[in-house]
Amino acid sequence: MTFRQKYIAFLTIFNKEVIKSVRTWKTTFLPAIITTVLYFLIFGTFIGSQIKSIGGASYMSFIVPGLVMMSIFMNSFQSMLFKFYFLKFQKTIHEILISPMPAWLVVFSYIACSVFNGVIIGTLVFASAYFFETIPVAHPFLALLIVLLVATFFALLGLINAVYAKTFEDMSIAQTFVLTPLTYLGGIFYSITLLPSIWQTVSHFNPILYMINAFRYSILGFSDISLMTCLLVILGGIVIAFSWVLYLFKTGRGLKA
Amino acid sequence: MKHALNITNLRKTYEGGKQALKGVDLLIEEGEFFALLGPNGAGKTTLISITCGLVQKNPEDGKVFVQGHNIDTDGDNAKVNIGLVPQEFNADIFTKVEDILYIQAGYYGISRKEAKEQVEMLLEKLSLKEKRKSTPMELSGGMKRRLLIARALVHKPTFLFLDEPTAGIDVELRHEMWKFLQELNKSGVTIVLTTHYLEEAEKLCKRIAIIAHGEIKRLGTMEEVCNGRKLEEVYLEITK
Repeated sequence: MTFRQKYIAFLTIFNKEVIKSVRTWKTTFLPAIITTVLYFLIFGTFIGSQIKSIGGASYMSFIVPGLVMMSIFMNSFQSMLFKFYFLKFQKTIHEILISPMPAWLVVFSYIACSVFNGVIIGTLVFASAYFFETIPVAHPFLALLIVLLVATFFALLGLINAVYAKTFEDMSIAQTFVLTPLTYLGGIFYSITLLPSIWQTVSHFNPILYMINAFRYSILGFSDISLMTCLLVILGGIVIAFSWVLYLFKTGRGLKA
Repeated sequence: MKHALNITNLRKTYEGGKQALKGVDLLIEEGEFFALLGPNGAGKTTLISITCGLVQKNPEDGKVFVQGHNIDTDGDNAKVNIGLVPQEFNADIFTKVEDILYIQAGYYGISRKEAKEQVEMLLEKLSLKEKRKSTPMELSGGMKRRLLIARALVHKPTFLFLDEPTAGIDVELRHEMWKFLQELNKSGVTIVLTTHYLEEAEKLCKRIAIIAHGEIKRLGTMEEVCNGRKLEEVYLEITK
C-alpha cells in the first residue's frame, strides 16, 4: 500500500468509529460526565468544604486532575475494548484481516479513535469542573501531552483485553478486579504523603499513581512524584503495551484461528 | 498462462491436534471457475482461510502463491488480489449497505470518490440499489448474501473465493446469482467456489477438486473426475 492508500485506510477506520461514538453519545460520552460531576458535587463541594487544602490547593481543585484523568483512561480503555470485542464477535474483523492494511496501521487507527473519545470526554469533564471552581492550568501543553499518552496506553490495554476476551464476562474481569481498584488507590482523592510509609511504598507499584500525578502537576503545578519519573513510567508502559499488541497482530493470537 | 493460485504441500494442524489439511497441492489457472467440493470438516474453509490470512500459517506449513505473490513474504500484494465471500454473514449490522461497501473499499486504500463507480455498479448488478440506505438487519437472507458478494468485489479483485454462496437461498435467486457469477468469470475474475450443491459445480465449473479428511482425493475436469458416471456417485464414493 502506498502512503496515500494507508492514509485513506486510516481515515476509513477513524471516521467509521468516531461517527459511531458521536451517534451513540448518550452511552459514549454522557455517563462519564454525569458520574464525574457527581464526584465533584459530593467529594469536591459537600465533603471537600470540610477538608483543609492540599499543597496550597482547595480539595476540589486537588481532585479535579485525578477525576479528569480517570474519565479519560476509563473511556479510552472501554471504548477500545467494546469496539474490538464486537469486531471479533460479529467477525467483521475478518474484513480487516483479509485487507492489505499492515498490522501497525490497524492498531494505530483504532488507538486514534479511542484517544479521540478519551480527549473529548476529558475536555467535557474538565469544562464541567468550572461550574464548581475556577482551576487555572499551570502547563497546558504538558497537560495535553499527558492526556494523549495516557489515553494511548489505556487504548492499548483495552485492545489487549479485547483480543484475549472469549466471552462477555472476560471483558469485565480486568476492569473490575484490576483497573478499578488501582484507579481508586491511585491518589485521585488523596496525596500519598498522607499514607503510612508502608502504603506509600506499596502505592509506588501502581502505574495509575504516576499518570494522575503527572496530570496533577500539569494542572496545579505540584505532585507527589517527579514529572520525569511519571513520564518514564507512562512511556515505558506504552512501549510494552504496543509491542504486545503488535505481537498479537503478527502472530494472529486471539484474532486468527 | 499464469497461475492464479499455487498451493504446495499445505498442512494445517489446529491447537488441540485436529489436522485439517495434510499436504494439499493445488494449481488454479487465471480465469478459471473452479469448484472445491467436500463434506463439512473436509478442509475447504481452512484452505480458503489460510490463503486469505484468516487462519495462521507458518512458513514450514507449505507454500501458497496468489497471482505469483507468496502469502508469507508478500502477503499484502497477495491480499490486494483476493476477494472473499464468507460462509457466515459478517457485515456490521448497524451500518448502511452502501457504507459497508465504501468502508470495505477504504480498507484497501480506495477513497469514496474512487470507489463510487464500482459501488454503484455492484448495487445495480446485485439488485441492492433500493436498499442502499438500509442496514443489514432490514435485508432478507438473499439480499445479505448479495451484499457479501458486493463487498468482496468492491476493490476489484482478480481472484474470488465463494464459500457456499448460495446456501439457504431460493432457486430463483440462485439462478440469478449463477448468471452474475458467470458474467464475472467471463470478465476475467478467477473464481473458486465451495458448495454442497453438486449441480451448482456441474453448471458453473470446468474443473473440480474433491477434498476429504484434509486431502485432495480427486482433481481434474468434470469429465476426468466423473469418467462417465454421475458426479454425486463419485462424490459419495470418495467422501464416505
